[in-house]
Amino acid sequence: MKPAEFYQRDRNWHPPALTPPYKTSVARSPRYSLLSLETTPSEITGPRFGHSDIDPLDNDLLQNYAQAGQSPIGERIIVHGRVLDENARPVPDTLVEIWQANAGGRYRHKKDTYLAPIDPNFGGCGRTLTDAQGYYYFRTVKPGAYPWRNGINDWRPAHIHVSVFGSGFAQRLITQLYFEGDPLIARCPIVQTVSDPLAIDMLTAKLDMNATIPLDTIAYRFDIVLRGRRSTLFENKLEGN
Amino acid sequence: MSNDPKYLKETPSQTAGPYVHIGLAPGAAGFDIYREELGHDIAGPNAAGARIRVEGVVIDGTGAPVKDVLLEAWQANAAGVYAHPESAGEVEEGFRGWGRVITDFATGEWSFKTVKPGPTPGRNGQMQAPHINLWIVARGINVGLNTRLYFDDEDNTADPVLNTIEWEHRRATLIARKTGDSYRFDIRLQGEDETVFFDI
Repeated sequence: MKPAEFYQRDRNWHPPALTPPYKTSVARSPRYSLLSLETTPSEITGPRFGHSDIDPLDNDLLQNYAQAGQSPIGERIIVHGRVLDENARPVPDTLVEIWQANAGGRYRHKKDTYLAPIDPNFGGCGRTLTDAQGYYYFRTVKPGAYPWRNGINDWRPAHIHVSVFGSGFAQRLITQLYFEGDPLIARCPIVQTVSDPLAIDMLTAKLDMNATIPLDTIAYRFDIVLRGRRSTLFENKLEGN
Repeated sequence: MSNDPKYLKETPSQTAGPYVHIGLAPGAAGFDIYREELGHDIAGPNAAGARIRVEGVVIDGTGAPVKDVLLEAWQANAAGVYAHPESAGEVEEGFRGWGRVITDFATGEWSFKTVKPGPTPGRNGQMQAPHINLWIVARGINVGLNTRLYFDDEDNTADPVLNTIEWEHRRATLIARKTGDSYRFDIRLQGEDETVFFDI
C-alpha cells in the first residue's frame, strides 16, 4: 500500500505567524487564516537530490572554507542525528543544509555589521544527504551568541539554522538548533515564538558524550522530525497515487 | 501494553532569519564556497514548452518590499509531470522543477526563468490549471508560507484549488499577470489584497 496524504500540521505546536515580542513578525504575518488544502500531487511530490549535487567536504565546516593547514577558531563540535517522520520512520537521501555565525557570533554575510570579526577560515554553511537510515552529521565550531535589533539588549542564543526537504514539498522545513543549557534560550523572543516547552526541547541539541571524539571534538545530538504520511486506504483518492 | 497511538511530533519551525543566504545562496551573502549552488536552474536545457520569466516583489503590511526574502518554486514540466517518482510520467533530462529565488537587496525585486508548467492531476480525477507552487521564508516569517502562482492567460475557471477559495475576489491574488515577456506576481503578506496562503 502506497502512503497517502501527510498528517495535518499542528499549527499550535509551530509558532503562530504573529508574535509581537519578535517585532519583525508584526508587519510580515498574514492576517487572514491560512486556507486548508487537501493535498494534491503538487504537495506530495518535491525536489530530490543526489550525491552528484554535493561534495564530500560540504558537511565539514572545519574544512570547507579553511585555508590549507588551518582551521576556524572556536569549540570544535559534531552535530549529528537522524531525520525521521512522525511515524518514526527514517527519511533517507534527503538534503540537510545548515548555516551559522562563527565562534564570535559574526556571520559571513554582507549585511551583518556586528563588531565581532569575520574568521578567515570559516564560511558558516554546510550541506549533506541523510543515509539510508536517515542519519546525518556535520563538523563545525560552536557558534557564538550575538546581539540583534529587537529589544535594545536582546541576544540570540548560540544557534545553527537547519533546512530540510523530506520527500514532498509539504514537508519543507526550516528551523534552528539551540544548545542544551544555554541561559539565553529562555530569554530569546524568537525561541519563545514556540509556546510549548516540549517543542522548545525538540529544538535543543543535547550533549552526546558517546559520540564525542576524545581529545578532539565534542558532540551534540539533534534529531529532526518531518511530517508523516498516512498509510491507510482512503476513498477520496489522489489521482496517480 | 498500551494501545495509545504513538507518533513523534514534527520539529517546530523557526524563522529563516536575515542571513538565510549564507546557507541556501552563499553567493548572495558575498562568498563562494560550493562547487555548485542548488536551485539556480529550474527547467534545465532540455525541457519542452514555453520559456517564461516570472518576476515580482514580496510586500509587507506597511507596503514596503521585503528585501531579505527567499522563495522556492516547485513545478511540473510542460506535460504536467513532476520530477518525482510519485508523479506519473517522465521529465526531460536535467529538469528538476525546483528553484531558489532571492531578491535584489536594494529593491526587493525577484525573478526567475523556467518553462511554463502544464495542467497537473488533482484529487478525484480533477485536473489542476497550470501553476507553480511557492514557499516563502524570511526574517519575521515564523513558518514558511505556501502559495500558488497561476497564469492569467490560462483557463483557471475549473481549477479545484482556486475554486476552494470562498472569497472570489481573493482568487486574483494567485494569478500572475502577463506583462511583455514576463509574468508579474507580487505577493502581499498582509493588508489590502493579502495573498492567499495555504496550509498544505
